[in-house]
Amino acid sequence: MPTSVSLDVNGRVVTVEVDDPGMPLLYALRDNLQLKGPRFGCGLGQCGTCAVLLDDEPVLACEISLTKAANKKVVTLEGLGSPEKPSPVQQAFIDEQAAQCGYCLNGMIIHATALLAKTMNPTIPEIKKALADDLCRCGTHLRIIRAVQRAARRA
Amino acid sequence: MLDFVSTRRDVLRTGGALVVAFTFADAALPALAESSSSRKTVESDEVDGFLSIDADGRVTVYSGKVDLGTGLRTALTQIAAEELDVSLDRVGLIQGDTELTPDQGPTWASLSIQIGGMRIRQAAATARKALVEMAAARLGVLATELRIEDGLIKGGDKSISYAELVGGGSFSLKIDKDVPVKDPTSYTIAGKSVPRLDIPSKVTGRFTYMQDFRIEGMLHGRVIRPLAIGARLESVDETSLNGIPGLIKVVREGNFLGVVATTEWGAIQATRKLKATWSNWEGLPEQARLWDYVRATKINSDKVTANVGDSTKALRDAPKHISATYDFAIHTHGSIGPSCAVVEINQGKITCWSASQGTHRLRRQLAAMMDVPLDNVHCLFIEGSGCYGRNGHEDAAGDAALLSRAVGGKPVRVQWMRADEHGWDPKGPPILVDLRAGVNDEGGIIAWESEFFVPGDGLAPMSLVAATLAAVPPTPITEPYRYGNPDIMTTNSAIPYTFPNIKTVAHLLAETPFRWSWVRSPGRLQNAFANECFVDELAAFVGADPLDFRLSHLNDPRGAELLRRLASLAKWEQRRSPRKSHQNDVVAGRGISYAKDFPSPTYVGAVADIEVDRRSGEIRVQRFFVVHDCGQVINPDGVRNQIEGNIIQTLSRTLKEELLFDRSAVTSLHWATYPILTFPEVPDVIIELVDRPTAKPSGAGEPAAAVVPAAVSNAVFDALGVRLRSVPFTPAKVLAAIESSARRPSREL
Ligand code: FES
Ligand code: FES
Repeated sequence: MPTSVSLDVNGRVVTVEVDDPGMPLLYALRDNLQLKGPRFGCGLGQCGTCAVLLDDEPVLACEISLTKAANKKVVTLEGLGSPEKPSPVQQAFIDEQAAQCGYCLNGMIIHATALLAKTMNPTIPEIKKALADDLCRCGTHLRIIRAVQRAARRA
Repeated sequence: MLDFVSTRRDVLRTGGALVVAFTFADAALPALAESSSSRKTVESDEVDGFLSIDADGRVTVYSGKVDLGTGLRTALTQIAAEELDVSLDRVGLIQGDTELTPDQGPTWASLSIQIGGMRIRQAAATARKALVEMAAARLGVLATELRIEDGLIKGGDKSISYAELVGGGSFSLKIDKDVPVKDPTSYTIAGKSVPRLDIPSKVTGRFTYMQDFRIEGMLHGRVIRPLAIGARLESVDETSLNGIPGLIKVVREGNFLGVVATTEWGAIQATRKLKATWSNWEGLPEQARLWDYVRATKINSDKVTANVGDSTKALRDAPKHISATYDFAIHTHGSIGPSCAVVEINQGKITCWSASQGTHRLRRQLAAMMDVPLDNVHCLFIEGSGCYGRNGHEDAAGDAALLSRAVGGKPVRVQWMRADEHGWDPKGPPILVDLRAGVNDEGGIIAWESEFFVPGDGLAPMSLVAATLAAVPPTPITEPYRYGNPDIMTTNSAIPYTFPNIKTVAHLLAETPFRWSWVRSPGRLQNAFANECFVDELAAFVGADPLDFRLSHLNDPRGAELLRRLASLAKWEQRRSPRKSHQNDVVAGRGISYAKDFPSPTYVGAVADIEVDRRSGEIRVQRFFVVHDCGQVINPDGVRNQIEGNIIQTLSRTLKEELLFDRSAVTSLHWATYPILTFPEVPDVIIELVDRPTAKPSGAGEPAAAVVPAAVSNAVFDALGVRLRSVPFTPAKVLAAIESSARRPSREL
């Protein structure tokens, strides 16, 4: 039985029709709303690549159900900025050339954004800790750390 | 710089071809129209195979080598723009489209610049020469008096553009291998750190990865793999899926089992709920006895990779001997995004979008599996999550093809779940190495022998999982020519050092436990690990500084220069290993490793600084110093990025990674059971690039991987006096090594 769920995503209120409102938020974002920022990596809460901000707190969209996200503010990578107008964290990733394949960057940028919202000048160990659950297989870690430091300096 | 993703679904249906282009920013580009009557050539000896110039003067490069997240797209674009004398933003790149790009073999072995890029350079130089000749005739000015500025050929007060000369047409020219290329000292685009233009769209969620690719009417497929690798599917209870919304079909062909649904979530739920029974199968070796299994495996043939003097006699005569066995665990590729593909079948014509590193090869495999003529299959590459060898992308394409056929050819997207990826991507095989050396009374090394136990032909196409499970009889895949050098996995087992008697042999094994393909720096990683550790063992045995020892046996000025630069970068202090002060709980050590890569003549050396905690057995790597010489560098920042990535990824493999399995199947099916390196464990990487603008470019990336395990093992020896000879260097293995060296304090001379 299709159900409508209303979501606030990137500042827009949208309604998605789903068969199962217990479905993880990730699939609504990707399949119903055609967003590409949050990505499927493991579906098990182990890699961080599906992260989004929910009322400004980072959550794993593969783990949280659609109903839990209703009536809260969801912000995805797209909601932070665009190629023409990237957010300070996104710009820092561009400046540091912090990508290889870039598949993991969604989790990195969402968690870095959340970190910098709370911690003005994080130390390298603090950055590493904040990103400890975000996996990167290409080994882009050092550039990612430099990007977060750069974004912190700019903030 | 533009990126084209072809979505030419209608090519064969309508007889017209349309390439829809997405820029990185997703701004619509004018569609590039072609007609099927003048199908673009994909011949790899034709300029038109690789290049076209449209009526607006925009250049399109067609590359059979693809960007697997390495920045190749940017580097290839630089090469073409430089050689054609046009600005970067005039150049677009289409990669891995079997109807548009030449078959340059799979993208592997860090050869995409060395081979793929150089082909594009030749094509561009041939085109440039032809354009200048045409301009000379049209303008009535001597070719030698013409100059080119961003695609405009000028002479005196006259000028003519590339677009006016050939815009929209073809060159119809063979690539001239001996065509003069530009003098590198005049470069303005190549050799510079051009920012990768894919990054802005990747960091803002606008980039379309394979995993994001969608087409109209697309359905979602998922696969259900057997519980044991060789199990038979005995029964399927479709009623277990009653009530799954959107379920379209349960697809069964032999032991291939999958579902198709209208939504992705519906398909996932169906795979979780479907009741199927499988036969028992326990054909895998016992993990605890893996190395006995490898040693007992039938040897198909031996390859002697070096034979100098008479090592048998020298070993017999040597007064002192040293020997060791090294092993390297089975690894998974571990792409962060599981493999994904979309296939649609229309009137017998198959279109397949995937992140395959070899779309022409995949095309042959799909044609064989689906039993259709080659001409009926069109494969298009779309960049996916990073891949480091032939992972599961091709297999996902095979799955999607079977599922699409089962639903009347409707487009079906298959994305593997994490357990599919960890459980079923082809594995980096287990490698075992025996080494021995003879030492004379003066401490001179008089003999070196090694035996490598490696699986055989690593360049043959790996069969598609779907074909195997559906029991499609194997069709020999005829490759038009052998890509790459079949010796790539074994040649580096020969050492770069000069000893009077050397014999190195690779035993090519008839089988290996899992479907296999190589993971980053295939064979060379394992070879360099064993060789560079054993060289270090010899240095310690004769009481020499490990760097001095290498230099004194190196008859290669480029390699020696590299090692000297490494010594000064790392501030190497002469010493013998192990250090004396190893009574503390946490001990520091430093190790060195060196490799000359094959088939690229890339030189790389590394020094690792580590700390090891003798109570917990934990190794913490603090920093890596790397000196890297790959000849001419196209994009220095791109090369640094590749080096950092390869060092960190290989450190992960070295310290942590090992596939777990029981007698039936892989058991390390996710990141908790197959952990990789995380941020808190990442070392600093300090890099020096040796730039040789006038030398040929060679591979960058994989060569840097090869030096990692030995540098760490040698550093642990420096710290503790114990040798780690088995990758991964887990805390348990470190503790066991400490314990056994306490029992057997020093190697008998
Ligand atoms: S996909 Fe959500 S944590 Fe991996
Ligand atoms: S950049 Fe490829 S996984 Fe992080």
